[in-house]
Amino acid sequence: MKLNINGKDQEYAGEEDRPLLWYLREDLKMTGTKFGCGVAACGACTVLVDGQPTRACITPAASLEGKKITTIEGLDTPAGQAVQKAWAELDVVQCGWCQSGQMLAATALLTTTPKPSEQQITDGMTSNICRCATYHRIRGAVARASEIMG
Amino acid sequence: MADTATFSPSRRFVLGVVGFGAAGFAVGCDLRAADATSGPVAQNMLGPYVRVGSDNTVTVFLRHLEMGQGVSTGLTTIVAEEIDADWSQMRFEHSPADDKLYGNPAFGGMMGTGGSTAILSSWEQLRAAGASAREMLRQAAAKKWSVDASTVTVAKGEMTSGNHKATFGELAAEASALTPPDPKSLKYKEASAYEFIGKERDPAKTLGRLDTPGKVHATAQYALDYHPEGTLTAVIARSPKFGGKVASFDDTGAKAVAGVTDVVQVPNGVAVVATNFWAARKGREALKVTWDDSAAEKRSSDVMLEDYRKLLAKPGLEARKEGKGVAGLQGAGQVITADFEFPFLVHAPMEPLNCVIEYKPGESCSYHSGSQMPTNDQRAIFTVLGLKPEQVTVVTHVAGGSFGRRATPDADLATEAAHLAKALNGKAPVKLMWTREDDIRTGKYRPMNIHRMTARVNNGAIEAWGDRTAIQSIMEGTPFLPPGAPDFSSIEGSNDIAYAIPNVSVDVHLVKNPVPILWWRSVGHTHTAYAKEHFFDVAARKAGKDPVELRRALLAKEPRQLGVLNLAVEKAGPVPAGKSRGVAVHHSFSSYVAEVADVTVNADGTFHVDRVVCAVDCGTVINPDIVRAQMEGGIGYGLSAILGEALTIKDGEPVQSNFYDYNVLRMAQMPKVEVFIVPSTEPPSGVGEPGVPPIGPAVANALLASTGKTYSKLPLGTKA
Repeated sequence: MKLNINGKDQEYAGEEDRPLLWYLREDLKMTGTKFGCGVAACGACTVLVDGQPTRACITPAASLEGKKITTIEGLDTPAGQAVQKAWAELDVVQCGWCQSGQMLAATALLTTTPKPSEQQITDGMTSNICRCATYHRIRGAVARASEIMG
Repeated sequence: MADTATFSPSRRFVLGVVGFGAAGFAVGCDLRAADATSGPVAQNMLGPYVRVGSDNTVTVFLRHLEMGQGVSTGLTTIVAEEIDADWSQMRFEHSPADDKLYGNPAFGGMMGTGGSTAILSSWEQLRAAGASAREMLRQAAAKKWSVDASTVTVAKGEMTSGNHKATFGELAAEASALTPPDPKSLKYKEASAYEFIGKERDPAKTLGRLDTPGKVHATAQYALDYHPEGTLTAVIARSPKFGGKVASFDDTGAKAVAGVTDVVQVPNGVAVVATNFWAARKGREALKVTWDDSAAEKRSSDVMLEDYRKLLAKPGLEARKEGKGVAGLQGAGQVITADFEFPFLVHAPMEPLNCVIEYKPGESCSYHSGSQMPTNDQRAIFTVLGLKPEQVTVVTHVAGGSFGRRATPDADLATEAAHLAKALNGKAPVKLMWTREDDIRTGKYRPMNIHRMTARVNNGAIEAWGDRTAIQSIMEGTPFLPPGAPDFSSIEGSNDIAYAIPNVSVDVHLVKNPVPILWWRSVGHTHTAYAKEHFFDVAARKAGKDPVELRRALLAKEPRQLGVLNLAVEKAGPVPAGKSRGVAVHHSFSSYVAEVADVTVNADGTFHVDRVVCAVDCGTVINPDIVRAQMEGGIGYGLSAILGEALTIKDGEPVQSNFYDYNVLRMAQMPKVEVFIVPSTEPPSGVGEPGVPPIGPAVANALLASTGKTYSKLPLGTKA
């Protein structure tokens, strides 16, 4: 079957239950999507499926035929670009492992809610864990990305 | 000593580290030189820490692991300053594993990242490395232009003299051929002339973190992202109980899983090897292992804690005595006491432990990992595989967090990987992965412990202070603790209590327990600061004193503790209406931090930490924004532990498994944080850990102010 990943069709011929995360990382060598928990509890593997934040670690690749999948490697929407710019401006990252997932979650939030309130930022981001606790800067960067989007 | 290597521009990844020449200088491929239009880049070592490319890049070799704490920027800044570079030309790379060239003096000369020592231990050395390289470039220019070296000016990555002008890159080869200057002859910049050290980033991102672009655009290569062609992936089934052994196993089910290639026994379990992770994991689920638990620990953690508590009736090893010591606790006034209980904690870095090992039997082995102790890992590997040290190459990748977990005196991950490679006889490169469940359930943990705090309060004063702990020793059995020496990591923060109290007694019982433990970000201070600073408020209130005023009085001779305390309290301003405030101050890893926590306690007893104001004195500041980031993150990491984290054990087996039951901090719980830095010309000291210890007691003190209760059992949970 064909999977549309970052605008490009990819042939998936793997097992029915194999999560998208491992297809991305091991087969396509797209390692920007990270493994953190394997049970959809941390958000490190967040990708967008038709714009919705989705946990790649529990979502079988075979369930995504015909859907548009966006990973950190293909974050080229206005919201995605603004998010990456804001993340760099504020030097949000520490270890960086969770940040692809954080940026994808922020992109999804800003796409539906371009001017989020503080509470909306918290609600949109609180399911993504950062052990370095860069939360303080993530809040600031989401707000800054919203400004950049104008 | 000239060490020049030329690399093909087509090599896009760090393929390994190759040693050159008798001096043992080592050079890796330059990621940034991989531009098809730029042609081959000649790399020139100007001493072991500084490499200048013909493309005019200056790469600083990090002997410390970049695991989020910012060393890739901080250490590079020190060199950039003294070599007089332009910031845009600075790069970083992890150094090879070599104690002789890259050992950490704070680790007895062994390579190691920890104890917040990176900047502190590198300051003099990297200033010298930068200044030495600058003089070599100056001499090279003077020689080339036949002018006196004193006429050559070095600034922003260029040498000039009269009409002559050259970049670092243009003269790097000539400079590397020169003898480095006598270190005693080196001259350093005055602090007033600094261009980089202590400077704020500007909006154009000058002085921003050097690891930001790679992490924002996901091009940074962590160990888990390294995947040479044909790599097999392995997971290991380990004993559910600590100390259990494999009695027998049935691999029929595992081998029936498509993609599983091998099932092999290794010393601590049974490894399932497959062509990909999903198959390996399914194979492990289908594997049947019978465990021999005859020597395994079978107690529950609450039983262990009661065993610890029994020890507290008697004195332990003396760690501090002032005045009459423990006898001072008897006398006039009131004696108050409380047992403070701290659970096991998991580091849980976001990137679970992993490595890739490539073994050629009898010939060589390369090991890719995010290691905090690369030479220790190297030793473990050559020992298991029977290779010579120089046959084992260790390549260090940026790590997705650690908090201490990747600094293992027993080289647990490297040892497992080496046994696995041996069992597979080098048939393919192998990626060994720990799942999150492995991470939570296998150890190693911040040791569970109990502090019995006692104070005698009389006439509005704390006249005596007692702090008795029972805890497993982290340092015993490691190379870091000479036989018979006290385990400072168990008592740090307790025994150096700075308050001017006339009678002080600090003692410790070091307990034997097979549960694997390890240093966890800020180590002993994770519990000693909480016990000291929260019980101080309890005692101050019993004495009828304002806790902050009493701290000021009892720290009168401690200017740096007083400095951060006063700064934090001043910046926090008045307590907002409807909120409770708590304050704590603590000295750790040569730095001083005070934190003020404003907490809302709701009518239903739930509470939220709204705002934290932090003041830090870490001596000379290399990069103020990274200092702030480490305080923000340290506050979040410490808050995570005191609010929700606990690894409990039932009948010898961990209860928690993953982030759904091991509760770590999420954004909704993160306070607003404001960080203020005390200006200082003292030598630089650590920032990775010192932000962690004060947050717990600051929050507990705020709750105490609201409810009058002592918060002696951690984690606090959701209700005040």
